[in-house]
Amino acid sequence: MTRRSPYPYWFFAPAAVIYTALFLLPTVAAFWFALTRWDLYTATFIGLDNFRQFLAEPFLISGMSNTLIYAVTTSGLKTVLGLLLAVLLTSGLYAQGFLRTVVFFPVLVSTIGVGLTFTALMHPTKGAINVALELVGIDGPGWLTNPTLALFSVALVDLWKGVGLATLIYIAGLASISPEYYEAARIDGATRRQMFWRVTVPLVRPATITVITLSLIGGLRSFDLIWAMTKGGPGFSSDVLASTIYKQYQAGFYGLSTAGNVILFLMIALIILPLTLWFNRREVDA
Amino acid sequence: MNRLIHSTALAGAMALVAGLAQAEVTLSVLIDNNPETVAMMEALTAAYTAANPDVTFEIEQRTGGAEGDNIVKTRLATGEMADVFNYNSGSLFQALNPQQTLADMSSLGGQGNVLDSFKQVVTSPDGAVRGVPFGPAMGGGIFYNIPIYQELGLTPPKTWAEFMANNEKIKAAGKVAVIQTYTDTWTSQLFILADYFNVQAEVPNFAADYTANKAKYASTPAAMRGFERLEEVFKAGVLNEDFGAATFDDGMRMVSTGEGAHYPMLTFGIGNVKQNYPDNLNDMGFFAQPGNDAAKNGLTVWMPAAIYVPEASANKEEALKFVDFVATVESCQTMISAAGASGPYLIKGCELPADVPQAVKDMLPYFQTEGMTAPALEFLSPIKGPALEQLTVEVGSGIRPAADAAALYDQDVEKQAKQLGLPNW
Repeated sequence: MTRRSPYPYWFFAPAAVIYTALFLLPTVAAFWFALTRWDLYTATFIGLDNFRQFLAEPFLISGMSNTLIYAVTTSGLKTVLGLLLAVLLTSGLYAQGFLRTVVFFPVLVSTIGVGLTFTALMHPTKGAINVALELVGIDGPGWLTNPTLALFSVALVDLWKGVGLATLIYIAGLASISPEYYEAARIDGATRRQMFWRVTVPLVRPATITVITLSLIGGLRSFDLIWAMTKGGPGFSSDVLASTIYKQYQAGFYGLSTAGNVILFLMIALIILPLTLWFNRREVDA
Repeated sequence: MNRLIHSTALAGAMALVAGLAQAEVTLSVLIDNNPETVAMMEALTAAYTAANPDVTFEIEQRTGGAEGDNIVKTRLATGEMADVFNYNSGSLFQALNPQQTLADMSSLGGQGNVLDSFKQVVTSPDGAVRGVPFGPAMGGGIFYNIPIYQELGLTPPKTWAEFMANNEKIKAAGKVAVIQTYTDTWTSQLFILADYFNVQAEVPNFAADYTANKAKYASTPAAMRGFERLEEVFKAGVLNEDFGAATFDDGMRMVSTGEGAHYPMLTFGIGNVKQNYPDNLNDMGFFAQPGNDAAKNGLTVWMPAAIYVPEASANKEEALKFVDFVATVESCQTMISAAGASGPYLIKGCELPADVPQAVKDMLPYFQTEGMTAPALEFLSPIKGPALEQLTVEVGSGIRPAADAAALYDQDVEKQAKQLGLPNW
């Protein structure tokens, strides 16, 4: 017999009202407005025209591939560097607590502030980075003005800002690995490298899944840092889905931008859902 | 005791009478954060409050550009708009859905002072005038640094070929010939937008055909030329090294202090120099964007912004009275003394002072000769594609060829036309 909860169901009501009003209703409404030409006053039903128009956007394909490149780059680097930093910062270094703080600190700073600061640092002629490079005789590139480089420059800043969180998750993950495994490995004569690959990496798996999922979702819907640094430019070269959608909204194409949001929603769901299922299945197997 | 009651009753009665005679009103005002706009609005509201002590104002500032468009549209649509606000006239005004959202100003007495050419660009499709001019008209063309021109013995060009020849000489002298500032993406559009005088001189019905979906940029050679010129300037290698990272402020500094020779811009940039580099104000001259034929050289003109009152304003009557006050010669002079005379005002009988900056002196002759000015396309057609500034950054940075960008812009325009629900699209 299941024990009845001592709390009545209406305790759930306040949260349900807020969740319904601020999340469920707008989400359902968005699916409707995506099918209309909407100027915020009148919405004319136009079927799937917005989706057709959005998918025919000349810059959409590059926006989509940029989104994937950005998400995979930032997520991959955060996972690898996050793990390495976590191993380093749990190995009993001098001033370990201070160094952990240093690594985590950028996470706490406002994204827009970080974006504006790095925009100034990355200025092609006056920025601190290129001025420093010039001192050692290197002609620095236009970090944010070179169309092939701009997206990666922003991704690097995203890494700098986000790797602290990945490190923190990994430190927690490493702490939960029992020292006995390492002891056993040492007695068997394992090298440090072998211990890292055969003990640490498999046992820190739950943390890895969390880091990859969080940073991939963050990367797929990233907007604020890109907007603060390049506004998708130069031209369209660092546009991602979210910035393309925002530009349609700015231009007053409300129906079209809503359709773009529906597409973004579906795309994230299609990537993250199978990934999560796969991770979870593997976890059960292991 | 009795006296106390008596005096309280008297005071109450007096307050009541005062309340009936002059209802105290606070009008909210939303303006863009351009320093000249702020100075003009502060001067106008101060003058109005001095004459009508019962009306006070609360001025709120917003950013400009696409972000500003967004704020204005959203606040209008959600009924959160201030009682009075300033915004562009022309195509951007049409995108506000003015027939539904803005108060009708056709019957204001002040409209009698406004030039007809301005009324056209704030008239909604139903024929009602819905704004009055705020600030001076502007020219779109090219600022040039006079000391550099004197040093190299150059004269302002009348044709594009002369302009490019000047650029080569300036480059040969080791100076920056053309300044571009693509961090503020809107500044990249000037070579195309300011070329419109030349377009209409060659294809007089371009605006009408373009609105009716009969003429396209990519298939009209005269219209294409703006894109080609932007590309030509990039390929000539005459730009400032940091063109991708420079801002509008940088551009005005460079052209006024001689860090560069030419900067294609709207004349409202004069106000920026007046504020930041007053000593260099008269080192900066201005000419219209040259075309192919020296005999047909003229200026593309931008109408001033307007002030509007939302239809849904709770203080509509009071707000309209203030707007009526703005559309007078006295208010026009108030604006001139607050923000300076960077161009002609579109109020009848509102004369500019004699000591205008050099660039304004260079611009005024175009206005004084019949047929030497033409409105920019955005005042003749409701359609302006929102992606133009990204496309022009690409052409101006050598990322995309001119023909390709013009074809993409035609697609962008189609989206805007469909959103506006225009016939034939």
